[in-house]
Parts: sequence; C-alpha cells; structure tokens
Amino acid sequence: MRPVSSWGRLSAEPHQVVDLSDIAALADQMRGMGPAIPLGMGRSYGDACLNPGGSLLSTARLDRFHSFDPETGRLVCEAGVQLREIQRAMVPRGWSLPVIPGTQIVSVGGAIANDVHGKNHHRVGSFGHHVRNLKLVRTDGQAIDCGPGVNPDLFAATVGGIGLTGLIATAELQLQPVAGPWLDTEILPYRSLDEFLTLADDSESLWEHTVSWLDCTAGRRTRGIFLRANPAVDQSGKPPVPRRSAVPLTPPLSLFNRLTLPVFNALYYHLNAHRGGAKRRPFDTFLFPLDDVQDWNRLYGPRGFYQYQLVVPRDAGPAALRDILEIIAKSGQGSFLAVIKTFGERASPGLLSFPMPGITLSLDFPNRGARTERLFVELDAVVRAAGGRLYLAKDARMPRDLFDAGYPKAPELARFRDPGMSSGMSRRLMGH
Amino acid sequence: MDQKKRIVVVGATSSIAEHCCRLWVQKGPVELILVARNIALAERIATDLRARGGAVDVSVETMDFLSAPAITEAVARWTSQMPVDIALIAHGVLSPQLPCQDDIGQTREAIEVNGVSPVLFAEAFAGAMERAGNGTIALIGSVAGDRGRRANYVYGASKALMDRYAQGLQHRFAATSVKVVLIKPGPTDTPMTAQYKAQGRKLAPVESVAEGTVNAIKRGTPVAYLPRRWQLIMFVVRNLPNVIFNRLNI
Repeated sequence: MRPVSSWGRLSAEPHQVVDLSDIAALADQMRGMGPAIPLGMGRSYGDACLNPGGSLLSTARLDRFHSFDPETGRLVCEAGVQLREIQRAMVPRGWSLPVIPGTQIVSVGGAIANDVHGKNHHRVGSFGHHVRNLKLVRTDGQAIDCGPGVNPDLFAATVGGIGLTGLIATAELQLQPVAGPWLDTEILPYRSLDEFLTLADDSESLWEHTVSWLDCTAGRRTRGIFLRANPAVDQSGKPPVPRRSAVPLTPPLSLFNRLTLPVFNALYYHLNAHRGGAKRRPFDTFLFPLDDVQDWNRLYGPRGFYQYQLVVPRDAGPAALRDILEIIAKSGQGSFLAVIKTFGERASPGLLSFPMPGITLSLDFPNRGARTERLFVELDAVVRAAGGRLYLAKDARMPRDLFDAGYPKAPELARFRDPGMSSGMSRRLMGH
Repeated sequence: MDQKKRIVVVGATSSIAEHCCRLWVQKGPVELILVARNIALAERIATDLRARGGAVDVSVETMDFLSAPAITEAVARWTSQMPVDIALIAHGVLSPQLPCQDDIGQTREAIEVNGVSPVLFAEAFAGAMERAGNGTIALIGSVAGDRGRRANYVYGASKALMDRYAQGLQHRFAATSVKVVLIKPGPTDTPMTAQYKAQGRKLAPVESVAEGTVNAIKRGTPVAYLPRRWQLIMFVVRNLPNVIFNRLNI
C-alpha cells in the first residue's frame, strides 16, 4: 500500500497500486484483487481515479504503439500512451490528435474514460468522437472489442465511463492531418460577458481553437482575454524547445489567496492586453502553457485545491454565469485559472460525457474546508437551476442529486459496469 | 537527409534503452538492431518503434549473452557490411544482495550478467570501431559502482568493473574519433526498481534519464550521471571517511 493523490492533492489515502506491464497477460494481472479502478496519469482532479483502501490498475507501463497507417491516419496504441508522446511522434509526420485537453500529459485511456474535450470542441467534438475501436479487459478476464460499429452500447458506456466498465487496454484512434506545429494566434482583451459571447460566436466559424481566460476577482466589471488560433499558413522553421520549469516544493499556504489573487489577475490581464494581437506561436506552448510548469498543482499549498467546472445550456447560460460570477466575487474566494469556452452543437458520444451545447466555465479554488464547500453549495444551486452539470474529471465533492440531475443517462451505465471496478467517485455518486 | 544512423542496442528490453530508441526514431532515419534475451518483449518493442518512426528499420535478435564466440560472431556480422555508429550496451539485472550472500552461484551470475557480459560486447565493438575509425560505445553503469555498500555490493562491484573498463577504453581511444560513454543513472523508475517504488522511494523518470543518455552519446560525454545531481551526491559518498561511512545505513 502506498499513498496516492490525484491532481487536486486533496487526499493521500493508501492504495494497492498494481503496475500493469504485460499487454498479453492483463487478465492474469487483474485477477482476484477486490474492487479496483484504472489509473492513468492521475490527472483527474478528484476521486474519479482514486479507490481509497483498494486497488489501482496503473497503465503507465502499457505505453507502446501497436500500428500506424500513414495512408489513413489510424493509430492503434496501448491505454497508457501519453497524448504528448503521440504528438511528438506524429506531428513531424504530418498527423495530429484531433482532440487534446488543456494538458498533453494524460493517457489515451484517461482521455477516453473522461471523454475529454479541447479548445476546438466546436469543430471536432470530444475525444470519444475519434475513437474507432477499443479493447476492454474486464476483471473476470474477458476481453471485448467495442466501438461505434461493434457493441455500440458498451462503447457509449465506456467513453466517459470513468473506468467503470473495465480496463481499456488498447484503442484505435483516428488522427487528423496537420500541416505543422505552428498556429496563427490572436489574443483579444474584452470587458464584459456579452463582449465575450459575441467574440465566441464570431470566432467559431473561422477559428479552430477558441478559449478565454476570465478575471473573476473584478466583480461586476467582468474582463478577460480571448484567445483564438488556426493552423499557421507559414509552417517554416522549427519551433523553439519550451523553457521548462518546476515547482520544487509545496508552500505552507496556498499562494493564491484573497490578497494575492486580485494582483495576479490584474497583472495577467494587463500583460496579455498589451502583448495582444496576432502572432505565430507553437501549438504546444499556446494550447498547453501549464505543461511547461511541472507540478504547478503544488502552488495551492498542502491542503490542495478544487477545480469546479460547469457547463450550462446556451439559453440559460449568460444569466447563470452572471449569477455565478457575482456569488464568487461576494465570497472573496476568487480563482486564478478561470477558463471559459463555448461548446459546439455536436452530441457527445458517452452516457456520462460532459460536453453539451452551451458555455463551460472552470475555476480553481484552494481548499479552505467548510468555507469552500459553502461556496460550492451556492454555485451548485445555480448550475442545477440552469439545467447544467459538473465535469466528473474535475469533481471531488458534488452531491448525488446534482449528479442525478446533470447526468440523466447515468442509470443506463449500470448494466455495463464491470462488477470488479469501483472508485471513490462511483461509491460517492452511484452508491457502489 | 544524411544516411541512416546504424545503432545496435544490446539489452534492448531495458527500459532506459527502450526510451532511448523512442528518441532516436523521432530524430530521423535510423536502423536499429535490437539484441535481447526476452525475444517476445523485444518484438513488441520493435513493433512500437516501427509505428512511431517514419523512416526506421528495426530488427530483433537473441543470443547467448555470455558466450565469447557468439558475441564475436554477432559483432563481426553487424559491422562487416557497414560501420555501426552507436553501440548501446544496456543489459543488466538488479541482483538483490541477500540471495547473493546466501548462494555464491547467484553472486557469480550477477557479476557475469552485469559486469562481464557488457565488457565482452564492448570489447568486440571496440575492435570493429577502431578499424572503422568511428563510432560510439555507450555503457549503462550505475551510481552503485562508485562505492561498495552493504545494501548492494555485488551488483555495485559488477558496475564498478564496467567503470574501470570504460576508463581504460577511453584512454585507449583518446587520440581517435571513437568515443566511449559511461552512463551512471541514479535510481530510475523502471520495472527493475518496482520494489523501491512500492517502498515509496523517489525515482527519476525514465524519460529524462533516456534523454540525458541520448544527449551524452551525441556529445561523447565520457561519464554522465543522470539526473545530474547524482554527480554531487556520489562525490560526497565516495569521499566520506570510513569512520563515518561505516556507521551509515545506506
């Protein structure tokens, strides 16, 4: 047994970690170990990848490619392969993953099990839309193929199914052609929520990637930075190797607090507003700026932090977001990493997929115990009333009724579950 | 583009070696000859490397790692048509200390696999590279070879053998363009060290050790501690007086 934390560092409970290593003998390695849950890179923020007191099936060593067809762009690889490894090998060969979340340091299995989305959701949907097939190994030793064309019901339960239908062993992914590693980018400051929505709507048809950072400490005077990007016309030149840094230790207190946040946010806003405009940038530093800062989650101190990511339908969205920003401003518990984005219309492939047509907002809050939970209860009420939901990959605390309301297809998952799989999250939200 | 680099990897199923190969296939056209005892695993690694790289040519073979005639024959075959640019000699087993103390048969095996066998391969390549006037021999040693400790001195002694051997080979080739690189990784997160990880010890990620190895080979660095802080740590460990060292439980 050893202590394992997820990305939010809210707990460090002991787990029995099983390093799966032999793709040909997974069934043997998984047999007879009591309730278990697959663990990829541990990048989900809450308890989706935790199983306190039980077993974790680590896929870190299932990290080999099986085949790649340069004619069709189909890649077959093991579940533990990191998205960054795929990009490093394939971008120079003219192919890219269609969907990458805010970090490339996640596994293929985790990307499927959380049906992650990227800044191009309005164009290409979520990760699950590009999975052609996957091999699921159940704890009873059975191996089952599923995909949009084979066992589609099991596939829909597995995409976004947070590991509960079995272990994803391998997956066949459809890559998309890419001209090179450069993006033509634009950075635009905005000064109200309406201005953000106009920018988002105007940008969706012409820009492949859109995302925005929001200053939620500015109260009613909402302001933020809108970022959009397209594959660059000029792909010449090798992109620079990013300067990597690391947070070497955990500070005794969160560096983000009531005093520092308005300062950080104002600085960030003005720096970007001034360096704004159009510029050619490498895709990785533009899309995944935090990947160059190793262990950034330590900045929130020893008690860890919550990420609260919600989506609300487009109609009720703007009003709900105004309420949410007001509640946060009043609470004085601001967030530095407030990211807002509009999702596209494409229906999500999984029973528990997060994206729905609407607006998504994600916020980081240092863990201050009961005070933070009180704030969440207020935010929950707005999300529920607006017909929205919270993202399971980020969640560590949502109440069961909010889960039931936000994920109406959840009961359908039951008949596809692997009885040997159980996580902290599944016990909290589904009872077992 | 220049012609394909030819690289022979002995002990190709070693995690550090596998990650070096991943970096090489990303860097450009390369021909890899993977030599391993576990042929099934080596085939899976070859499949992975072929899928990752565009212009790569990967072959797999197995042999008796302790047979001098077999090593002589194989190295002659690999180097007869075209010169080998890099020979990475990476095999080894982490031989636990206590079984070696209880059974000197295991002691012999540990020293043969970790010390004698790599030296035989290196010596066979040394002759071929000397004749070709070019090439790099890289050996994976260990910080454990820097000072004998009760926790793993049999393993450490075999790595120390490699250390002194590499030193002599570097002396022999000092005036030539053949390079000899000795890599000394600290505890690295690989299947070999799984028991350390379970004890909660901090291990260096294999990706960064492999990156350091590939860079050291490219530059011809004579001795590379990876991660680099181990150079300082081992400097201290080597120079601790016995009165202090013998009291430490390390």
